[in-house]
Amino acid sequence: MSRQANRGTESKKMSSELFTLTYGALVTQLCKDYENDEDVNKQLDKILFSNFLPRGFNIGVRLIEDFLARSNVGRCHDFRETADVIAKVAFKMYLGITPSITNWSPAGDEFSLILENNPLVDFVELPDNHSSLIYSNLLCGVLRGALEMVQMAVEAKFVQDTLKGDGVTEIRMRFIRRIEDNLPAGEE
Amino acid sequence: MTVHNLYLFDRNGVCLHYSEWHRKKQAGIPKEEEYKLMYGMLFSIRSFVSKMSPLDMKDGFLAFQTSRYKLHYYETPTGIKVVMNTDLGVGPIRDVLHHIYSALYVELVVKNPLCPLGQTVQSELFRSRLDSYVRSLPFFSARAG
Repeated sequence: MSRQANRGTESKKMSSELFTLTYGALVTQLCKDYENDEDVNKQLDKILFSNFLPRGFNIGVRLIEDFLARSNVGRCHDFRETADVIAKVAFKMYLGITPSITNWSPAGDEFSLILENNPLVDFVELPDNHSSLIYSNLLCGVLRGALEMVQMAVEAKFVQDTLKGDGVTEIRMRFIRRIEDNLPAGEE
Repeated sequence: MTVHNLYLFDRNGVCLHYSEWHRKKQAGIPKEEEYKLMYGMLFSIRSFVSKMSPLDMKDGFLAFQTSRYKLHYYETPTGIKVVMNTDLGVGPIRDVLHHIYSALYVELVVKNPLCPLGQTVQSELFRSRLDSYVRSLPFFSARAG
């Protein structure tokens, strides 16, 4: 998310520390606004149909357009290709990291993204009273929102988090179904 | 060579934007009706073309022409559809339609948090930039019809 109006091969750089701190400010504010961690997690991930509250899902809905406009990636043929594009192109473009893809389920509909280092948590330590906070849950919302726009319903959740003492951060992605295009009502 | 008009649809068939330049004859039906018919036709062509395709479709259909005009079509994986009608002299203009999507729609509408998605674009900036971009195209000429 390090760029704004700039396009083409030259992309505008932004201090990653500023970005990390800004994200921290967002999470802190949500922690103040909502009573418990569950609600904050939901807010970070959730669908909010207000244009002024662009959290995860809504960010994804718009970010995918930017992604397609800049990357020239076409439609993916299967979920494995999607996984590759997410890890190698999208994460690289917006967070500057390339997570590894592992733990495919036998049916090929679930995989894990392993983030060796998560730039969002560079300066973060979870206080004791927020032990169930999923700090980077915004990423799940972004992934869900973005994939929904390309006709894929997925589930994304954190199963390991360095903030909680795990060795790596792991996002588990599960393919639910293809969303079919329908004609708008009242047309034939 | 010339440009007749341009439609921008989203995934749900909402006409996000319409503008016209050298369109001498109107369809004679309300604009809303025209958008619906246009979208319905695109939708049918699209699904039929993919059924007939001997291999998995990649980009879908790109253009069709009649004896009078040519319709150019560009669709993104998110279902944004850019449709431009020109006269017959205009060659493939995929890059032009892609530019309208990436440099105008994404930059000025999607990245503007005040522009709600999924309804008619109100942004004056988007309209005027689009208009000047189309007018600056090499095949845009004021004389032809």
